[in-house]
Amino acid sequence: MVDRLLGRRPGSTDDATHDAKSAMWNRVQLARNIRRPRTLDLLALMADDVVELHGDRAFGDDAAMACGFARIDGHRVAFIGQQKGADTEENIRRNFGMPHPEGYRKAMRVMELAERFGLPIVTFVDVPGAHPGPESEERGIAEAIARSIGLMSRLRTPIIAVITGEGGSGGALAVAVGDVVIALENAVYSVISPEGCAAILWRSADEAATAALAMRMSADDQLALGVIDRVVPEPGEGAHADHAETARRLRAVIVGELDRLGRIPLPELLDARYRRYRTLGAYTETATPPVPPPSSRGLGDRLRDLLDPARWLTGKTGSGPSRRDEPAAREEE
Amino acid sequence: MPIKLPSFRPRKDAYPPDLWTKCPSCSEMLFNKQLDKSDRICPTCGHHFRLSAEARLALLLDDRSFREEDAGLQSVDALGFVDQKPYPDRLAAAQMATGLRDAAVRGTGLIDGHPVAICVMDFGFMGGSMGAVVGEKVTRAAEQALADRLPLVIVSASGGARMQEGTLALMQLAKTCGALERLRAAGVPYISVMSDPTTGGVFASYAVLGDVNLAEPNALIGFAGARVQAGTIAQELPPGFQRAEFLFDHGFIDRVVHRRELRSEIALLLRYLVPGDGVDEPPESRPGFTIDPIGFLTSLAEKVVPDLGPLDDAPAPNGGGGGAEAGAANGSARSTRLGRPSTAPTRRAAGRPRATTVEGEATDG
Ligand SMILES: [Zn+2]
Repeated sequence: MVDRLLGRRPGSTDDATHDAKSAMWNRVQLARNIRRPRTLDLLALMADDVVELHGDRAFGDDAAMACGFARIDGHRVAFIGQQKGADTEENIRRNFGMPHPEGYRKAMRVMELAERFGLPIVTFVDVPGAHPGPESEERGIAEAIARSIGLMSRLRTPIIAVITGEGGSGGALAVAVGDVVIALENAVYSVISPEGCAAILWRSADEAATAALAMRMSADDQLALGVIDRVVPEPGEGAHADHAETARRLRAVIVGELDRLGRIPLPELLDARYRRYRTLGAYTETATPPVPPPSSRGLGDRLRDLLDPARWLTGKTGSGPSRRDEPAAREEE
Repeated sequence: MPIKLPSFRPRKDAYPPDLWTKCPSCSEMLFNKQLDKSDRICPTCGHHFRLSAEARLALLLDDRSFREEDAGLQSVDALGFVDQKPYPDRLAAAQMATGLRDAAVRGTGLIDGHPVAICVMDFGFMGGSMGAVVGEKVTRAAEQALADRLPLVIVSASGGARMQEGTLALMQLAKTCGALERLRAAGVPYISVMSDPTTGGVFASYAVLGDVNLAEPNALIGFAGARVQAGTIAQELPPGFQRAEFLFDHGFIDRVVHRRELRSEIALLLRYLVPGDGVDEPPESRPGFTIDPIGFLTSLAEKVVPDLGPLDDAPAPNGGGGGAEAGAANGSARSTRLGRPSTAPTRRAAGRPRATTVEGEATDG
């Protein structure tokens, strides 16, 4: 793959790297476009009717998460999706689509309703990340996300997840575990925001495009990795340019999947869902254990160290192959 | 017993860092050997330093009871990920340094006679970050626990999902949570122990889902790393934010447990959660935990010195938020009580964060 080769030989093909980076960054920008159709916009265009439900029954109602019932081509479904705003005012009200724990708990409540009343679930994923502030931590954002992921993995009803915009990390996955995962063409999916990744691994948020490329966060890349199952092409310049056409295309795919999944017996569906996630991740398995142990040093070596001024003057660990001094997994910049 | 030094050397060099570690909490200079012998707990203030996987197993399991499983699992660079260095190079360096293939070790063992499936993490391996191998080991541990109806114990020490494995690392959240749901449905108990740090995607998956959640004092535990927060919100963080006691106060941790009580606490809990496993005797008929001469002496010593309890040891008010950068200096570590866990391969360095080991920093995943 081009990215792969480019990534491995930085500098050897500067122009091509640059092009690949800007192409990837363009995707990220499209995924974040403020005019991109949101969960409720898409539902309004593809459903015959929509009933939104509110509140987590414990703390409050989170406007960053929209949940409820909808009828799509005769299928009664429960829907769940993050909801960003169409303008600044709405974005403030909806916290830029970043749910707090109560948002995920509302989603779980509706998922359980769906299970009890035999409704398949369709989720729309569009989130920069779950809200990362202190209130969120105090109310247990990690717990809400983990519970939601666990619940979706065993829910006895078909689940279709659609990444419509930003698939931002755990806050996305919490409503994106499904029997089939679909993405719009310009949607992105990543383990951390490209800015966050760049800040940590490149020590500079300016390298966000580089990080986006390295993480292979485009829908096509995610399809190749097996994280998503289908990509739905967007019309013209992108979904923001034509909401109706985007919804029309998505609707056809969702209806097709509802028909298909509805025919699979539940136990089979649940097994397949478990296996879908069970098999994700790349590793090898060798029969023999260890990598060579770090070389052990005896008392004599350590005494010599004590007496060796050069050692003392380094003023830090990390010199030499002492068993304590694991080389920094990452070299100093 | 510091050795007198020639006066022409600067004072700070009096303590070669592979021999001495400064306690981030009370600033006491600690001789590494002593620290290792005291389960890496500061004898002066009780600060809990990070433990290697091997030392953790030695601390929790009965002598020679550990049988390692899946030691041969190794991550593959599915993305062709390169930041400043290719991912395979980082893996190789971490393997050389730790003697581990990845950041988790799993197997079976006995805790005070109770058979358990156990998986422990090692922060020293790329910040304990979770990629396919960690996810796989946790999942297999849960699956074995389910198949053999063994209680599951997982000890977390991780900055979160491993960025170098991209969304495949994120998918480990789904993999592990799915396996734990099956365990839960089958009524097999799971005890989660969170040590410093347990953040990001590890906290937001298996670590938080224990039937009983335990944490070590002052461990950094949270979802979002400081940088993610800094980029998103501009807000003062409350004191003690994302520390074990903060999580306890907000209801997400059952008990904050001193490292030296951990083994007996788990054994006690197992007596409630696994009735009739053959070791379910009344507590008075058995010691709280087996006496280990060294541990016993050091714990005696500790009782003589007043425990100052957790102090703010981190540079930032929120403790650097998430992952490898948090927790300040920790010095090097290797396991204490060699020979105890038996099949655990070789000796390893425990978490030894520096300002620059960042791979394990919490993603918000
Ligand atoms: Zn101390």
